[in-house]
Amino acid sequence: MSGPSNFKPKSAFLQWTERRLPILGLMHSSFVAYPTPRNLNYWWTFGGILSFCLGVQIITGIVLAMHYTPTVVGAFDSVEHIMRDVNFGWLLRYVHANGASMFFIAVYIHIFRGFYYGSYKEPREILWILGVIIFLLMMATAFMGYVLPWGQMSFWGATVITNLFSAIPGIGPKVVEFLWGGYSVDQPTLQRFFSLHYLLPFMIAGVVVLHIWALHEVGQNNPAGIDVKSDKDVVAFTPYATAKDNFAMVCFMIFFAWFVFYIPNYLGHADNYIPANPLQTPTHIVPEWYFLPFYAILRAIPSKLGGVIAMFASIAVLAFLPWLDRAKTRSAKYRPLFKQFFWIFVICCIGLGWLGAKPAEGGYVIASRILTAYYFIHFFVILPLLSYYEKPSPVPASIAESVLGNQPLAPAKVKGSR
Amino acid sequence: MAKSTTMNGDQPTRRDFLYIATGAMGAVGAAAAAWPLIHQMNPDASVQALASAEVDLSPVQEGQIITVKWRGKPVFIAHRTKKEIEEAKATPLRDLPDPQPDDARVKKGKEQWLVLVGVCTHLGCVPLGHQGDYKGFFCPCHGSHYDTSGRIRKGPAPLNLEVPPYEFASDTMVRIG
Ligand code: HEM
Ligand code: FES
Repeated sequence: MSGPSNFKPKSAFLQWTERRLPILGLMHSSFVAYPTPRNLNYWWTFGGILSFCLGVQIITGIVLAMHYTPTVVGAFDSVEHIMRDVNFGWLLRYVHANGASMFFIAVYIHIFRGFYYGSYKEPREILWILGVIIFLLMMATAFMGYVLPWGQMSFWGATVITNLFSAIPGIGPKVVEFLWGGYSVDQPTLQRFFSLHYLLPFMIAGVVVLHIWALHEVGQNNPAGIDVKSDKDVVAFTPYATAKDNFAMVCFMIFFAWFVFYIPNYLGHADNYIPANPLQTPTHIVPEWYFLPFYAILRAIPSKLGGVIAMFASIAVLAFLPWLDRAKTRSAKYRPLFKQFFWIFVICCIGLGWLGAKPAEGGYVIASRILTAYYFIHFFVILPLLSYYEKPSPVPASIAESVLGNQPLAPAKVKGSR
Repeated sequence: MAKSTTMNGDQPTRRDFLYIATGAMGAVGAAAAAWPLIHQMNPDASVQALASAEVDLSPVQEGQIITVKWRGKPVFIAHRTKKEIEEAKATPLRDLPDPQPDDARVKKGKEQWLVLVGVCTHLGCVPLGHQGDYKGFFCPCHGSHYDTSGRIRKGPAPLNLEVPPYEFASDTMVRIG
């Protein structure tokens, strides 16, 4: 879609550099002239918001690392030092800690957008799988970051999650000692988590580049879920998408700022302000909210290995989605049954999240089992069956028609596009 | 590869052999270079050299459980009551997910002393003493119940609480590790 750019800078100097490194042309064809479907709605602004989140985490993270000490004796105190002594340290830490939550809010919206509009379908399978990889890297990064302040939740979260690997038959315990660098979560663990927590966001940035490359190769999906057929179906990225993305981003920043300035600890746990104590587990250990649905699945299965397999499978299944849902029609707008099952699935995921925070006993366990079963049934039974039995409603002939109805068209403004 | 390097179609040539041998050597070299980078993450010499812990048992009253630290982990030393010992002994092995008689978990003649690694065999939390359905240990993380011998009875944990290597240095002194 992005094709060779006919971008030509005015200044002689930039023309000289462009002949040697056509980076401005690349930017121009990717973010200015790039044709975007004219019917995109606000759910399409979360890609930009996610890039913003990654930038915020990297910048605040690098400055936090200038004051943070990755040792079991120093970590907790250095975080308190950041909060009390470092100039604007409270702001940097609260932005970083809440930024992780904002990042996950945005990524979940982005993923469910993909579910609803069938964005994972042909020809976007690789684009989708790259997204799943980014999601996995984000989970690993956030998990290791949460260990760094070395509070009670940091320590016991690290213990429980690393112990998941002890379920591997035979070599499990050796794998866990390898991850710890010892016989329990301790100094070597904290120090390597800090090193990896610094590294992974840059790997995410690398995969984001591939993700956008794949996107620009196959083009964006859109709410109608139909391919771009002519210039009438598209508008130029700038100013149309740029303005819309920026407006959405400012709204998102207001939401973000509300958390940072008014309820900075709302999404955290009070127990993490108690220094780590390897001899005592807090009575209710709960992961960060963004892991709760997966945690509920882990606890729903009454066997250790089974729970671990179910939890990893619940994430891995996402990568196979393009081959589980074979329906030709992409958008839920034209799939009456799929649309209903989509919303049931959303409720199922929220329900699992709620159960993940409840104690693992009695009715909560039964409910977790039902929802866990439903989660997998959605992917392995409902989606494949719908692909064959659902009768889609009529799909408009073109994107332009889906926006304007059947009126005679005035050509859309495609200033700058090919 | 064979196509482009042979003159007469699909017969392998000496050049193919060289390509494969070079590739194989490169793979061995890469693996040899990767090993130090991977192995550095395993427990190092200073961690492995952790000394054993000696504990004086004389102040521990009957019915009391103390926690000591060994290899960075909590170790429980429980001074069991007569009733607790009886219960542990009376449990039929077929009621146990990980069958083990009580006398295999304590030292002969010292049945009152139960020494356990205080790490839940599910996902590693520290269980609480004198709690749960069997009044042994209860892990609050995901609800595992252990009995008065530290054996798993109910919940997601697959195994009994581990008994660390230990010996009695004297009647009131135990050495763990
Ligand atoms: C994908 C991007 C990132 C995510 C999702 C993330 C997430 C987190 C989380 C959840 C915490 C715990 C916050 C708390 O409760 O105190 C944390 C802490 C920390 N992170 Fe990150 N982080 C990211 C990128 C980075 C980068 C790039 C760096 C450094 C270059 C960094 C450095 C730190 C430091 C030093 C801490 C400890 C100080 C503190 O706890 O506030 N982070 N991170
Ligand atoms: S860690 Fe003890 S029950 Fe899960």
